[in-house]
Amino acid sequence: MVKALKACWVSNMNIEQIRNDFPTLHQEVFGHPLVYLDNAATTQKPQCVIDTVRHYYEKDNSNIHRGVHSLSERATKDYEAARETIRDFFNAKSAKEVIFTRGTTESINLVASSWGGANIGKDDEILITHMEHHSNIVPWQMLCERVGAKLKVIPMNEAGELDLAAYVELLNERTKLVGIVHMSNALGTINPIADMIKQAHQVGAKVLVDGAQAAAHIPTDIQALDIDFYATSAHKMYGPTGVGVLIAKEELLDAMPPYQGGGDMILMVTFEKTQYNALPHKFEAGTPNIAGVIGFGAAITYIQNIGFDAIMQREKELLNYATKKAQAFEGLKQIGTAKDKACVLSFVLDGVHPHDLGTILDREGVAIRAGHHCAMPVMQFYKVPATARASFSIYNTEAEVDALFDALTKARDMFA
Amino acid sequence: MFSLGDLYKEVIIDHTKAPRNFGKLEPCSHDAEGFNPLCGDQLHVYLQINDDNIIENVKFEGQGCSISTASASLMTQVLKGKSVDEFNALFGAFHDMATADMDAQPDEETLGKLAVLAGVKEFPSRIKCATLCWHTVKSAIEDAGQPARTE
Ligand SMILES: Cc1ncc(COP(=O)(O)O)c(C=O)c1O
Repeated sequence: MVKALKACWVSNMNIEQIRNDFPTLHQEVFGHPLVYLDNAATTQKPQCVIDTVRHYYEKDNSNIHRGVHSLSERATKDYEAARETIRDFFNAKSAKEVIFTRGTTESINLVASSWGGANIGKDDEILITHMEHHSNIVPWQMLCERVGAKLKVIPMNEAGELDLAAYVELLNERTKLVGIVHMSNALGTINPIADMIKQAHQVGAKVLVDGAQAAAHIPTDIQALDIDFYATSAHKMYGPTGVGVLIAKEELLDAMPPYQGGGDMILMVTFEKTQYNALPHKFEAGTPNIAGVIGFGAAITYIQNIGFDAIMQREKELLNYATKKAQAFEGLKQIGTAKDKACVLSFVLDGVHPHDLGTILDREGVAIRAGHHCAMPVMQFYKVPATARASFSIYNTEAEVDALFDALTKARDMFA
Repeated sequence: MFSLGDLYKEVIIDHTKAPRNFGKLEPCSHDAEGFNPLCGDQLHVYLQINDDNIIENVKFEGQGCSISTASASLMTQVLKGKSVDEFNALFGAFHDMATADMDAQPDEETLGKLAVLAGVKEFPSRIKCATLCWHTVKSAIEDAGQPARTE
């Protein structure tokens, strides 16, 4: 563990060195060097994360919080150390507020079901933005259907920026929850969550921030922002799939009923009554993704060692470079041109459907996403069935952006 | 290795740019909608089937990628004048072609010009684009009342 983590140290933003940390990047696809531009779907994993997961299975594999033997003690220590790493990274107040889940989707469902079920009733209002991922729409729709609450939508403009005046108009004393995506996976827009949270709190609403897309690209200080519920996934921040976190204020979690019942979340069970365990265990029923959580911790350490100053500067350069090329590319229309955006170039190309672009680019070794990006209301807003999306990460290069546009030229010529 | 040219044959590009039998058919005896949730393809097919179970006319409209558009366009050309039984046979043959082993030869005798789409089997994520229109016609004929899905 310690040895694997040491490998996470990166002295500075040396792209070659960073690329060398990611084994998947070094392969050919159809005879071309892989150009991986689907980072918004999931990022690649650095060797230190792979090694950390492997170390757990090779040396420490055992269940946590229950064994008294050495392996279980080591695994429990690493699992809880990851919780502290993540607490520190997001500046949560206490490790009790850090609950491991399967990912953003499960974190949001947990809040909708447990907190929502207890606190949202008939004619109450839930406010979400027009650019939410389906995972921050559907759980609320399900809740509304169950309790008779109303789902309202904060509109956006053609650039893909939220209409903040309309937001303030929509807020009222019936608003119980505001759900905001920190950074849109379909558009790249970074939303002004600091002001939006203050405004929501003024009417007594709680705020859930979907950090799935933002967490690897922009620093998030949960206490400074006064976020009530924060959800994110490890796999979009260089960590394993199927693991994520819900971070929520202790007083909210304390008052919430458990989400799932089972092992680990109890203190005392009789057939008459069960006493629930203390936070965070109350919300972690069953054997969790232990290797995943420990790997998540390693991924966070990897990000911390590079540092957000370097990450943001690098990703801004890349996005600017790609955006200039996109503006000069005939027939290309960008979808999402917010002033404040990161890492995502979503677009449509005249005469070539995004799905065909995806296939044609793949044959050139360029991996992009084509589709609705689990944000169908965004597609409806722009009246397109789908977009093509290139999304960037710290390990991408200008040469890869060039490869993207060379491949796009080929695709355009095929359908010319 | 399979090349892009195996998929994007000239005929397919031609049907993409100028889809045949595109538009609404009014009146029609059968119609259905089809969705491919993976890529957002949406298709609506309209059929006029007479009392002898012959497909007198068929048209389609919707939004989709090159493969789904060309497949629907070719399908409408082939289906005109065929019986519902013949449709079922073609449905089976087309499905087999799209999901066959790499080295299998398409049944060109049954499929005729539809065999031009045989290349999709080399592109697993695109097979559903080619079969969507066939599933949609099937659900129109069977009057399933539910939109067709490729999932
Ligand atoms: C903005 C946003 N929210 C939520 C999710 C869902 O994350 P997960 O599938 O890891 O639960 C994603 C992932 O695509 C996302 O981009």
